[in-house]
Amino acid sequence: MLALFARRAVQAALILLGVAAITFVLLYALPADPAVLLAGRNATPATVASIRHQLGLDLPLPVQFWNYLVNLLHGDLGRSFNQKTAVAPLILARLPATLTLMAAGIAIEVAIGLTLGVIAALRRDGVVDRLVMTLSFVGVSTPQFLVALLLLYIFAATLGWFPMSGYGTPAHLVLPAFTLGILGAGWYARVVRSAMIEVLGQDYVRTANAKGLSAPRVVLRHALPNALLPVIAMIGIDIGQFMSGTVVVEAVYGWPGIGQLAWQAIQQVDIPIIMGVTLVSAFAIVLGNLVADLAAPLIDPRIRAA
Amino acid sequence: MTAPVLSVEGLCVDARTPSGAHRVLHEVSFHLGAGETLCLAGESGSGKSVTSLAIMRLLPKASLRVAAGSIRLEGRDLLPLPDRAMRRVRGGDIAMIFQEPMTSLNPVMSVGAQLTEAIRAHQGAANAAARARDMLDAVRIADPARRLGQYPHELSGGMRQRVMIAMALSCRPKVLIADEPTTALDVTVQAQILTLMRELKGEFGTSIILITHDMGVVAEMADRVAILRAGRIVEAAGVVPLFTVPREEYTRTLLAAVPRLGARTGLEGPPRVTAAPAHEPPPAEGPVLFARDLSVSYPGPRNWLGLRAPGHRAVEGVSFELRRGRTLGLVGESGSGKSTTGKAVLGLVPFAGEVTLDGVAITGLSAREMRPVRRKAQMIFQDPYASLDPRMSVGAAIAEPLAIHRIGTPAERRERAAELLRRVGLSPDHAARYPHEFSGGQRQRICIARALALEPKLIVADESVAALDVSVRARVLDLMLELQETMGLAYLFISHDMAVIERMCHDVAVMRGGRIVEAGSRRAVFENPVEAYTRELMAAVPVPDPTRRAPRPPNAA
Repeated sequence: MLALFARRAVQAALILLGVAAITFVLLYALPADPAVLLAGRNATPATVASIRHQLGLDLPLPVQFWNYLVNLLHGDLGRSFNQKTAVAPLILARLPATLTLMAAGIAIEVAIGLTLGVIAALRRDGVVDRLVMTLSFVGVSTPQFLVALLLLYIFAATLGWFPMSGYGTPAHLVLPAFTLGILGAGWYARVVRSAMIEVLGQDYVRTANAKGLSAPRVVLRHALPNALLPVIAMIGIDIGQFMSGTVVVEAVYGWPGIGQLAWQAIQQVDIPIIMGVTLVSAFAIVLGNLVADLAAPLIDPRIRAA
Repeated sequence: MTAPVLSVEGLCVDARTPSGAHRVLHEVSFHLGAGETLCLAGESGSGKSVTSLAIMRLLPKASLRVAAGSIRLEGRDLLPLPDRAMRRVRGGDIAMIFQEPMTSLNPVMSVGAQLTEAIRAHQGAANAAARARDMLDAVRIADPARRLGQYPHELSGGMRQRVMIAMALSCRPKVLIADEPTTALDVTVQAQILTLMRELKGEFGTSIILITHDMGVVAEMADRVAILRAGRIVEAAGVVPLFTVPREEYTRTLLAAVPRLGARTGLEGPPRVTAAPAHEPPPAEGPVLFARDLSVSYPGPRNWLGLRAPGHRAVEGVSFELRRGRTLGLVGESGSGKSTTGKAVLGLVPFAGEVTLDGVAITGLSAREMRPVRRKAQMIFQDPYASLDPRMSVGAAIAEPLAIHRIGTPAERRERAAELLRRVGLSPDHAARYPHEFSGGQRQRICIARALALEPKLIVADESVAALDVSVRARVLDLMLELQETMGLAYLFISHDMAVIERMCHDVAVMRGGRIVEAGSRRAVFENPVEAYTRELMAAVPVPDPTRRAPRPPNAA
């Protein structure tokens, strides 16, 4: 277990290093010269050169990368070109909003997906099963912005149950979180359904029935934990999907998270912010997978032994 | 006789098929007396498992349904019971153990949790943990307190089946249904589990319905026997009369097909099945297969630096030789390395040591260099259902080895496939059909035809008849003997079944833990075994003769 953790942690660190290297190289592949951008339109070549020196852009590339990494380890993500402030506090200030949105989204996704998937598996080939599968297909294939607009139109504009946009109260959270979660819920319903159908056909479920256990106990205690294993792996992978989902959802609902920050930075070619958001996202994805990897052995003793 | 504990009257079960209901169980009736062991015996598809699931009311609802009849437990009909009342019967009055101990326990729940759950379901929560420990003790599991905290994957197959038995008996059921409880186990473990069941029957006063295909197990265990065939009981009788004076033709055929250990005592080699002249290879001719100091180790898992841990040695320093027209039997229990040895001599797993196939040393050959050698040796696998591609016609499957080695034109290959089908006792018309249209025995004949396509000198037969019913098994073995006599094939015959080994082999090597512990001519090994392990293996084989069964503990019921 400890060895597994050590192995995964080393892998995670290597992946983050790779992401840092790629974003760094991409920065130099961009046609825009940050010094020119920073200096403004009427700057003299001398000003540009002095800014370049100030930012360390005149140093050899490997030295720049080394400095960049050292700064990273100190939590320094550089300074925003447009806002003239450090990037790290900017991202940090917006992180709680995004994390709240993501947590709510994942909770909705898993709760709906799990419930519908289990019900569909138990009612296999019945009316309920077909209904759930049809709905999940619609959910999976609808673009996120369309879901966002539909929810806004029905529940905010027409019914007036929830605010159109903004941040602060739980009511503000409902529509963005559902927009994020509904797509994944359809996906999860399918995965849970097929996993449950497989597990329900296993010998140990027959054993549980032969013991005279009640149907809910057989399903919840014996079948579901076994069916959850593929779902947990999926949640880890899903964090990436969620990060990109938040950009759209935060833009539509005016949610002040890092998705919105990234959206603005892209429009303004504010490279340090883009790089910072990319790194933070990569960190979240790696962390999500790490947690999923470590959660699986908690459920499955066979992985614990390996 | 006292009133029966369980009586089944006129039980009919229908299977739901797209073309309407199809009856799979016809008017099955039997009684189970207190403290009695009733064996339901029959070949695959005879309806013995359907009967047991019907008694538990655990038939898969989507496909099977009880159409008529009654199942009475101490006079109370179980079929009309509401679900809640039936749950109290399941596990409480009637408990069940299954064939596959490897998959019948929940992999993510500890042994203790699964045991106490059964106890709590029927007898309340009071000291369930202590009761669970007592039950593990009762099924002779050492150190029960520690076992309670372990998970199924940490236990051996025999140990898991003991846990299943402990779970089944934990609520002192009146009836225990055991569905092929020892079929997946090694023969020495089987003997231990059968003994345990006999002893516990007395201690717990449970009546047993034992479902099995193995007439040896029937002879060891049964008080009475019901023989099933195609969903009907063809004969029911006490165990001694059934074995000594069977009334029905089918029972006689079934008993005649059972291989008996010791049947060839005093005889040389396998029985002759043709009039072909015996193959006496000229002594100058080298062996078809020669192995010296053959070892196989599987690599260990990688650690977090990517370095390999020391591997597991599956085969260690095995040496033997096999000549034309002869059969060498590799016999042993699971994990003995017999299958790995079979794969190694065909170059299918990396090995160390010297292996010569028809005069060619294959040690260290690349895949390309191995190709021409591979023509000389073919393999027949255990499961004829899994070893044929379901989407490839039988003719194409048999001709495929020829196509791979670019032998003949397509028309010639078809001609050859038809000829091979005839050779293994099937019709050439079968070439256009697909595997699912054939029975298990026919499929194994197809696999044999495919193995013969390249005219090999050696055939490695790995548990090739283990999945077949006894009557079919005898005919497939006879076919293999016939092919050997007429074509001079050499067989490396891998099996866990001592009786089958005795029938088929000229020479025998007994394997254990990756090593050959005893080797010699079949007569020498079987008639004068030197090693204690060989004697133990032979003693564990159930004898299909109820008058020679091991002494039984007094019946306490």
